[in-house]
Amino acid sequence: MATPSLAPKGHAIIERSTALLFMFTLMVMSIGGLVELVPLFKLETTIAPVKGMRPYTPLEQLGRNIYTREGCYLCHSQMIRPFRDEVERYGHYSIAAESMYDHPFLWGSKRTGPDLARVGSKYSNAWHLAHLEDPRSVVPVSIMPAYAFLKDKELRTDDIDLHLAALTKVGVPYTAEMRAKALEDIKAQASGENADALLARYPKAKVGPFAGQPGRITEMDALIAYLQILGTLVDFSDVRLEGKD
Amino acid sequence: MSTLDAHPVRAGSIPHYNEAVVRRFTLATIAWGLFGFAAGTWIATQLAFPLLNFNEFSTFGRLRPVHTSAVILGFGGNALIATSLYVVQRTCQVGLWGGPRLANFLFWGYQAFLLLILSGYVLGVTQSREYAEPEWYADLWLVVVWVTYMAIFVGTLVRRREPHIYVANWFYLAFIITVAVLHIVNNFAVPISLTSTKSYSAFSGPQDALVQWWYGHNMVGFFLTAGFIGIMYYFVPKQAERPIYSYRLSIVHFWALIFLYIWAGPHHLHYTALPDWAQTLGMAFSIMLWMPSWGGMINGIMTLSGAWGKLRTDPILRFLVVAVAFYGMATFEGPLMALKAVNSLSHYTDWTVGHVHSGALGWVAFIAFGAIYYMVPRLWRRPLWSLRLVEWHFWFAAIAIVLYITAMWVSGIAQGLMWRAYDQFGFLQYSFADSVAMLHPYYVIRAFAGVLYLTGGILMAVNVAMTLRQPIPTGARITAAATA
Repeated sequence: MATPSLAPKGHAIIERSTALLFMFTLMVMSIGGLVELVPLFKLETTIAPVKGMRPYTPLEQLGRNIYTREGCYLCHSQMIRPFRDEVERYGHYSIAAESMYDHPFLWGSKRTGPDLARVGSKYSNAWHLAHLEDPRSVVPVSIMPAYAFLKDKELRTDDIDLHLAALTKVGVPYTAEMRAKALEDIKAQASGENADALLARYPKAKVGPFAGQPGRITEMDALIAYLQILGTLVDFSDVRLEGKD
Repeated sequence: MSTLDAHPVRAGSIPHYNEAVVRRFTLATIAWGLFGFAAGTWIATQLAFPLLNFNEFSTFGRLRPVHTSAVILGFGGNALIATSLYVVQRTCQVGLWGGPRLANFLFWGYQAFLLLILSGYVLGVTQSREYAEPEWYADLWLVVVWVTYMAIFVGTLVRRREPHIYVANWFYLAFIITVAVLHIVNNFAVPISLTSTKSYSAFSGPQDALVQWWYGHNMVGFFLTAGFIGIMYYFVPKQAERPIYSYRLSIVHFWALIFLYIWAGPHHLHYTALPDWAQTLGMAFSIMLWMPSWGGMINGIMTLSGAWGKLRTDPILRFLVVAVAFYGMATFEGPLMALKAVNSLSHYTDWTVGHVHSGALGWVAFIAFGAIYYMVPRLWRRPLWSLRLVEWHFWFAAIAIVLYITAMWVSGIAQGLMWRAYDQFGFLQYSFADSVAMLHPYYVIRAFAGVLYLTGGILMAVNVAMTLRQPIPTGARITAAATA
């Protein structure tokens, strides 16, 4: 639209060369991302380590995968902000280390339903089962979909080592023992029987029965196991950020 | 429609231009638009009436990404590719680089990507990264398709017969380059096996969050903004028959926009466990971003200088200009919501949803509608069937947006206030469930707004279908005026 004679000389050079326009655009759009992302990965202060954090048990991790599959994160955040009302409603505000083993993060962006960062151990397994089967049976004004079908779907566990191997690759510290015993741990946690070895490997894990179907491990079991651990690993009555005074 | 009589369309094919692929992308834009609006209306209705979540394949959780991907990548993506291929050929005075086969691969490759990801969502295949839900295999396929797109676009720029690269193409180029970078970095993931759809993100926790919102915000910034500003810079002056208001302003706001936008992602993570320095950077740059955004808006709207009267008689121009006005409003509201104090109220609420839709329905879709109505008579070389129907489309859509935004403002601000309300004894005044119960009437209004917006889209589809059914007029020159 513009007549070239009116154009500033400098810019006319760029807009007459595809290569220059391409290179400058790539450079200019890269700066902000580099300045923000590179230090975030390099600075040790990004995630101050705390006591109590551990990888998810195999059953919790599979439950987490169901949580992502069903899009729970679209209506439930897992990130309590440091405000008086949020801390009173949900518990201690979330700290970075609590999601250090979360691939991907599930902080969420919307609270159509309440925050779930510390929902673990607040309700009984039976409450979660009733709520997931028919949310309006326990919360009459709820607008959450019913997830009764999870109770009828056998949990797929035969590929658990593939899951743990991939998570190990992205940095979750699963030990060789954890991986070798994964199937046993799933059974022990879902049934609640012979869970001592599981609890030694994964302290504070909540054990079943969850969906109350003896002899079966369903997706409902996994999802409830995951929900019941959320926000319970760090003991905030005795929190000391390591590396700080 | 005397204003349009002076706006002739060349009959007969334009030598060397590949218009067939532009026609396909234009029709795909309309089809995905209808599907995406319908999906949005449906999930909005589910939020008002939860019993409409019938089974595992139809829950809100699985259908929400169907809506967002269908409108952003389906409707928006096809509109961007259609218009960019239309514009780049005309402003460079050459046909597309790579020939018709490569262009057809781009078309079918992109539609295949959309079908692949949407069917996956219904089956529960998702990375759970908002607006980056496609799993690793679909991500890899999109890289192939996107590189093809970049090659065609850049190749055409290189072969141009005009000395200068037109400003619309700067924005299209920035959009294509940046989306490629965002898509690749945000989707670093390790699949559990090559035969499984499941992968785990390479990042975790705060780093994963910032990578995702660096991506998420810049999908808004470059996909839904820079690309659509490219549309503005070609179609507004064309339809208004006026030159761009300020060439200098276009230079300044182009470089400022692409430099500043990239920084603004952390405003999606205010008061979270993301380090404060990153939040503050994001907030500061979000505020600065207001300036180049309004630079673009002013350049678009002021292009109508001396032609304001056309807004009364030309509904196509009205779509284009009201779109730019909505862009101005949304980019004012955005920096406001990026302030930490405001964000503490607005975050996690429907206010954000309303804000996104004022940009999506008002800016992105309106400018796409205007461009479609502009291109269709020229691509098929016959007059648009009915300008009256365009008029109806405009008003249905405009009223829908007003209902949608106001409903979400009220419900969103009410949510934020109820969550932080204390009674006189110092206890939280409302349970969370109280804030859910409050939402119902606003969700019904929002769903109704969706019906109106979808109706407008159907009117557009009918109008285009009827246009295509008309015979090609004889004679060398035809007008774009409605004859119905």
